[in-house]
Amino acid sequence: MTQTLALSAVTQPSQNTIPNRSYWHVVARQLRQEPVAMVSAVVLLLIVCAALFAPWLAPADPFKASMLKRLMPVGSPGYLLGTDELGRDMLTRLMYGGRLSLLMGVVPVFAAFFIGTSLGLLSGYVGGRVNMVIMRVLDVFYAFPSVLLAVAISGALGPGMSNSLIALTLVFVPQVVRVAESVTTQVRKLDYIEAARMSGAGSFSIIRVHVLGNVLGPVFVYATGLLSVSMILASGLSFLGLGVKPPEPEWGLMLNTLRSAIYSSPLLAALPGAFIFITSIAFNLLADGVRSAMDIRR
Amino acid sequence: MTSSPVSDVLAVQDRGGPAQPLLVVKNLKKHFPVRGGLFEREPKFVHAVDGVSFSVAAGSTLGNVGESGCGKSTTARLIARLMPPDSGSLVFDGDGVAEYGGMALKEFRRNLQMVFQDSFASLNPRLTILETIAYGPQVHGMDAAIATQEGRALLARVGLEPDQFASRYPHELSGGQRQRVNIARALAFHPRLVILDEAVAALDKSVQAQVLNLLQELKAERQLTYVFISHDLHVVHYISDEVMVMYLGQVVERGPVERIYSDAAHPYTRALLLAVPSMDPAQRTQHSPLMGDPPNPINPPNGCRFRDRCSMAQDLCAASTPLLRAVGPYAEHIVACHMNDPMSGYRHATVKPSAAAALEATV
Amino acid sequence: MTQPLVSVKDLSVQFTGNRKAQALSQVSFDLAPGEVLGLLGESGSGKSVTLRTLLRLHPERTTQVSGSVQVAGHDVLNLQGKALNHYRGGVASMVFQEPGLAFDPVYTIGQQMVEAILAHDGVDARTAQQQALQMLERVQIPQARRRLDAYPHELSGGMRQRAMIALALVCRPQLLLADEPTTALDATVQIQILLLLRELQKETGMSVIFVTHDIGAAVEVADRLAVMYAGRLVEMGDVAQVVQQPLHPYTRGLLASTVSAENRGQPLQAVPGSSPNLANLPAGCSFAPRCAHATAQCRREVPPTVLRGASALACWQPESEGQVW
Repeated sequence: MTQTLALSAVTQPSQNTIPNRSYWHVVARQLRQEPVAMVSAVVLLLIVCAALFAPWLAPADPFKASMLKRLMPVGSPGYLLGTDELGRDMLTRLMYGGRLSLLMGVVPVFAAFFIGTSLGLLSGYVGGRVNMVIMRVLDVFYAFPSVLLAVAISGALGPGMSNSLIALTLVFVPQVVRVAESVTTQVRKLDYIEAARMSGAGSFSIIRVHVLGNVLGPVFVYATGLLSVSMILASGLSFLGLGVKPPEPEWGLMLNTLRSAIYSSPLLAALPGAFIFITSIAFNLLADGVRSAMDIRR
Repeated sequence: MTSSPVSDVLAVQDRGGPAQPLLVVKNLKKHFPVRGGLFEREPKFVHAVDGVSFSVAAGSTLGNVGESGCGKSTTARLIARLMPPDSGSLVFDGDGVAEYGGMALKEFRRNLQMVFQDSFASLNPRLTILETIAYGPQVHGMDAAIATQEGRALLARVGLEPDQFASRYPHELSGGQRQRVNIARALAFHPRLVILDEAVAALDKSVQAQVLNLLQELKAERQLTYVFISHDLHVVHYISDEVMVMYLGQVVERGPVERIYSDAAHPYTRALLLAVPSMDPAQRTQHSPLMGDPPNPINPPNGCRFRDRCSMAQDLCAASTPLLRAVGPYAEHIVACHMNDPMSGYRHATVKPSAAAALEATV
Repeated sequence: MTQPLVSVKDLSVQFTGNRKAQALSQVSFDLAPGEVLGLLGESGSGKSVTLRTLLRLHPERTTQVSGSVQVAGHDVLNLQGKALNHYRGGVASMVFQEPGLAFDPVYTIGQQMVEAILAHDGVDARTAQQQALQMLERVQIPQARRRLDAYPHELSGGMRQRAMIALALVCRPQLLLADEPTTALDATVQIQILLLLRELQKETGMSVIFVTHDIGAAVEVADRLAVMYAGRLVEMGDVAQVVQQPLHPYTRGLLASTVSAENRGQPLQAVPGSSPNLANLPAGCSFAPRCAHATAQCRREVPPTVLRGASALACWQPESEGQVW
């Protein structure tokens, strides 16, 4: 009698009454409560939309040059943000440029995320010699400063967008692997992994069901932090002539070509840089917000 | 395709026959190397488990007691084959495990399950508790829908209403509720033997009583065998049929629970029993039975490992290691102490009366 | 009773930060000089919160405290700045549960003790060293001279706890607050520490509040026992009386569900259910949902804590077994 009393009495919901939702719902809800992250998200959304819909929204042709209208200042009639050194409308070029800049910023991070997580998971779970070999090889890459490494690889492969995408991916993979391996090593020691091993499951099943879900979180947060870095590196490569080739619009490249105008029209010359800056900061702040939203204990 | 009855998928045959003990462990050893500095000549080892042998009869509960460094948790993990022993053998229900002629490791995993101490770390924070419980049977080929259904039934059995709790996450439950989930997860395999590694240690006392009641009921219902590891002597006394005492990686005493608690033969066991705080304010403990801390299992002393802290140690105890021998006429009660062995050369006459009397006085 | 050393009246503590909770509700008790009070309770009972409030360890911004706390003439809740610093360590001091975590790992034991001494007494460094050494010897640490220069991680669990007691006592406080000091220790070490605390208390004549969830440990050291549940003091009395003749249903349940040899073979009398959510306490008595004797009044009104001399009880339906409360 006392047992049934004891057992049934446990069923009272005495714990906190958060209605049950899936993990990502909870994260999204907590993210909505972060004002800074929300503002950054809106800013990013605007920039992305402007870039995506550039062919329909842009006022002019990004390639149409006019030697008469070179370096017109910001606010000129018909040219909202002025024109560049070849007379092309800055606003249009900035919008189109956003496409390539964002692409070159985001794609390497995504690629590094997938490659890096897989490699890090494998390395961390297997452990031992294999782990040591993989991590020490990657350490070699990790030892180089990112910019230097990106320039070196890009230089070796040659200029061009796809080459610089490869170069940037290679720069980021070791960093992502490092985070993934570290989290995997920690998770692997926890009791629920031992319990999973005790169930007789094979390694792949355990990794897929138990380890992956717990590793994705921290790696995802780290990767979103890389977005801003990636944008800057990509623009840097283009600035150095290793990325996109003229006359393609791209913010880094535009910074390079407007260099000569820096004393005569400093505002114009700084515009692409300002956009790089704003986008990069927005990525950063959004990443911070995601990180604290993913703290599930709150 | 007709779905097979639930019990058929996980049915485990009694291979060895009822007279065999369910689990026989012989001479288990596990040493962990300690990474010394660059200039260490002699490699140091943590002698976590150093020659442990015991057997567990089907349907009984073996209590395993000892303090930190005694090796009881490592022994549990060796039995569960979460790590390979350096030497020693394990026979489950008459069969070796993962050896020639024995049972496959995966089948073994259905027979033997474990409930860990940290109820929170034992559960994947990203899965709902129903998903956690249903994961195991699916690994062994059970249909997902049936596994989920069985999982819900198990949740109800351990006292968690499925409609309320099935889709909750571990962080939304209390310690006692999480431990019930861990028990349900272990039961999902229909195991024969369950190792409870300090399973109730981290719980509040009132919740502990609930969980212990649950464990006893389940044991009777499902003909389970338990290995109950704990440092709490009261709980071990309540739940065990046989008790095994470990010290620094070795078994120092083993026997039926009533023998151990009424007439313990090893000085360490007696000290442990004396160290339990008194519940009577008029009869408080006046002297500590042992001084100092449990020692480090790195490079243990030669001879009897307890001699450094034993008030009745003699030179003999450093010279030779005592073996487990029966205590008097009781074949089931064995102890590893020179005082128990009439042939050892231990000089009983020289034992200081005060030390002996102090230990004899209250147990 | 002579002038009590500690006088707590209607202490209520509410956490308003990320996790909201009514941690303490109207807790009142007195402590005479030289007396040991055992504070018994489970997780969420508020026993640790009480201790921390006595040392003002909660973050000010997210904690709302009301009521009054007087310790040796100091109005603890209103202390500020230098007075507060002098109070902490000099008047009241604390021993924590995890000895490994209470010490700074990058300084030796001796350095940390000397730091405390220099902060409170106006002595020079050499004298401080001497005092630290004496204190270590007093807590019976073997080879005290060597331990003075040891780092916390070089000591075993029992020795670290002794060192922490030494650190707490080095400035001769009048009140020692012990927050589950033996919970994390092995049984044979636990009894040593309990005996040590008893001895030191007799030697120094200080008062001790000993928080634990283990009734046995409380019985070994305490003169009086106070039981807490869901942030309230539900029963208090002489230790023999509370353990042998408990009045509150929760105390009864706790003692009845204690695992021991007598229950072997029978189901334990477990207290059903689990402790309430401190952010959402039920109306009326917080134990009512789990109590077999709960009446409509119990569920409606919170029972007041009735003080009688050194004893207290907060229950509408105490189980008195013929005794008049």
